[in-house]
Amino acid sequence: MKDTIEVVVNGEPRAVAPDATLLQLVTELKLDPRAVVVEHNRQVVRRPALGEVRVAPGDAIELVHFVGGG
Amino acid sequence: MTTAVDVVRDTPLTIGGRTFHSRLMVGTGKYRDNETMMRAVEASGAAIVTVAVRRVDLDRTKDAGLLHHLDPKRFFLLANTAGCYTAEDAIRYARLAREAGFNDFVKLEVIGDEETLLPDVQGLLEAAKVLVKEGCKVLAYTNEDLVTALRLEDAGCAAVMPLASPIGSGLGLLNPFSVRTIKRRLRVPVIVDAGVGTASDACVTMEQGVDGILMNTAIAGAQDPVAMAHAMRLAVDAGRAAFLAGRMPRREVAMPSSPLEGMLD
Repeated sequence: MKDTIEVVVNGEPRAVAPDATLLQLVTELKLDPRAVVVEHNRQVVRRPALGEVRVAPGDAIELVHFVGGG
Repeated sequence: MTTAVDVVRDTPLTIGGRTFHSRLMVGTGKYRDNETMMRAVEASGAAIVTVAVRRVDLDRTKDAGLLHHLDPKRFFLLANTAGCYTAEDAIRYARLAREAGFNDFVKLEVIGDEETLLPDVQGLLEAAKVLVKEGCKVLAYTNEDLVTALRLEDAGCAAVMPLASPIGSGLGLLNPFSVRTIKRRLRVPVIVDAGVGTASDACVTMEQGVDGILMNTAIAGAQDPVAMAHAMRLAVDAGRAAFLAGRMPRREVAMPSSPLEGMLD
């Protein structure tokens, strides 16, 4: 079994541990889970569920936040 | 500071069941730095401040998140769907914004043309219907077309936001008649969004009787954004007060202000 799997985070391929949860991914990226919103394969994942959803090879994950805008 | 609006006893602005202390809403984009942005937001007296939803910069080359500067306890954060060209994209951005957890309001934009950034009203209506059904308070950025505005109201939008002129153009209120008509016919608040260039534009817009104005570039793009934010605050108050006061009728001929009697022989 491979040590890592590849997922796509914000459009860029990234190697993560197999069966990593979204919460693990967020903290590994040194992001505050309260300050980002996570989308997993086009579905918004509610914050309390981040620790329950596991990633699979090829998953598309978007991490977004608020920036300046009109 | 006591404003003229206190004297004329205005009713507060209420959108989607929430009351706001200012009729001026400001954007947070295009500032040279976050410190200037914050000082301008403060000077504007705005209660509602708009933000955009974008990817987190994973390389951390850019500034930390906006919320390090903008306190969500002090300002009502209104997320937009700027940059979306389809109903589907706008719905996606609105759902992400909602999950950020501050409120369920969204400034819905579905853009239809890259050059003019004019709205795609068909996509807008489609997205509005879906988001209203999901419980969102939708503030819909639209053009100054009455029929579209009526349909947005029917779709359950919390406010309708006709443009004064294209986004970032600073051309001012191009069609006061249409904006006045929309205000007269709608029951939900009408907030003019986009196109204001300077304080006189804001004043004239408020004099049409609309409930508020949202602007970004007019402040961020001024040589001194903080001073312009202050000017806009005064202009919005002045325009609102003038509307409530009711202007004198226009006349095509002069009428003296001083008595005709008592003149010397």
